[in-house]
Amino acid sequence: MKLEARHVVKSFGAHAALAGVTFATADTAHVVALLGPSGGGKSTLLRVLGCLLVPESGEVIMDGETLPNDEAGALAERRKNGFVFQGYNLFPHLTALENVALPLRAVHSMDDQAADARARELLDRLGLSAHENKRPAQLSGGQQQRAAIARALAPKPRLLLLDEPTSALDPVMTGEVLDVIRELAEGGQNIVLATHEISFARLVADWVVFLADGKVAESSAAEVFFTRPKSALAQQYLEGLSKYR
Amino acid sequence: MLAVVSGALYATFATVQYRWNWTGVWQYRHQLMAGWLFTLCISAGAMVFSILVGFLLMTGRRSPWEPVRVLSGGLVEFLRGTPLLVQLLIGYYVIANALHINEPFLVGTLLLGFFEGAYLAEIFRGSVESIGASQREAARAVGFSVYQTYRFVIIPQAFRRALPGTTGQLVSLIKDSSLLSVIGIEELVQRVKAMNSASYTALEGYLPLALAYLAVTLPLSWWARRLERRFAYET
Repeated sequence: MKLEARHVVKSFGAHAALAGVTFATADTAHVVALLGPSGGGKSTLLRVLGCLLVPESGEVIMDGETLPNDEAGALAERRKNGFVFQGYNLFPHLTALENVALPLRAVHSMDDQAADARARELLDRLGLSAHENKRPAQLSGGQQQRAAIARALAPKPRLLLLDEPTSALDPVMTGEVLDVIRELAEGGQNIVLATHEISFARLVADWVVFLADGKVAESSAAEVFFTRPKSALAQQYLEGLSKYR
Repeated sequence: MLAVVSGALYATFATVQYRWNWTGVWQYRHQLMAGWLFTLCISAGAMVFSILVGFLLMTGRRSPWEPVRVLSGGLVEFLRGTPLLVQLLIGYYVIANALHINEPFLVGTLLLGFFEGAYLAEIFRGSVESIGASQREAARAVGFSVYQTYRFVIIPQAFRRALPGTTGQLVSLIKDSSLLSVIGIEELVQRVKAMNSASYTALEGYLPLALAYLAVTLPLSWWARRLERRFAYET
């Protein structure tokens, strides 16, 4: 896929989270990593790319197609995508199975049997078949995040968007979740990943967009970014992060 | 506990040396029973209507259109801020009269439903607004429309949070129904007053009255607690 943004602006009150974001990936990018310091606009850009937020101005182009800037169009568009959040955001009143199956029935018009079968297939693939009847509070953080990934993957999304999916997890659970994401990336799933896990990004990403203060400081192929970053900000960021790991 | 309360009550009544005369109550038992059933029917009707009113006013207060928000907010403040007694008198003798509706039962049920509905609207609004932004975002992310977000995510979670407050309000509703006597509805309290004056007694009717209300409100609370447990889940 090719992802492109032109002069994208998104503000929250007086604060411009994205202050004119412009970048374009290569035509064949599969896994795009959004990197940069906290508060730099990664999460906001991820939401705009997935049509979860509509920008005030500018445009986002995916494989040559400009994404809609109105709520109705954005809803249709985001039904093609899957989202995974830092805080899992599962529905606490539903079991793991229902968390995955309900959107399939309600949004993607699957009948009960097909939705349950698809949900079980995903939970099984993510190692959660023993937990399908548990509610989120009865699952560990890693299990919750894997259930959230199952929910995002169930409708076979064109694009999977992950917003710091391991930031709330301990190292063991982080490993569990990263294994899943790596497998997906290797299986050819198109992914946009906002993360602080630099070594993981280096392993799976083929394009990096580096954001700071709501602007793109650097956008380049992953191998270029990690070996010879052009911007001073990116150099500092990489040095700072690799200091202790 | 029941024994302790009964003992204390008995001792209190014994000290004031009240002379009990239960023959009046016994003679009037059929009328009292009829009054009790009337109270039950009106309360049941007003409960259903008040939940509907509460839901509509809550939705109105959260509407994207300002006139609807202002109107719903104003209605809630008016209904909660003025005495039920005044609402019943004006509502029945002025408004219903002007509209040529001469059905005290119907008008009483509606007026009581409006009054309690205003309180329920705020209980509902509090629970809906307590569902966090991350749940709304998750609902948007899986592609739910606004209607589906309420139907599948917000209402089911808000329902459990609204239950304790709603039960309390419905118990109040049953007791507030006693005011309907001012528009000529012969509900339980009215029948007790009639009995007291006819049989020259002062307090005899009121003890069965309290028991008759408890016979409805206790099962209601018990049922609500069962519902709470059924919908309980950790968050």
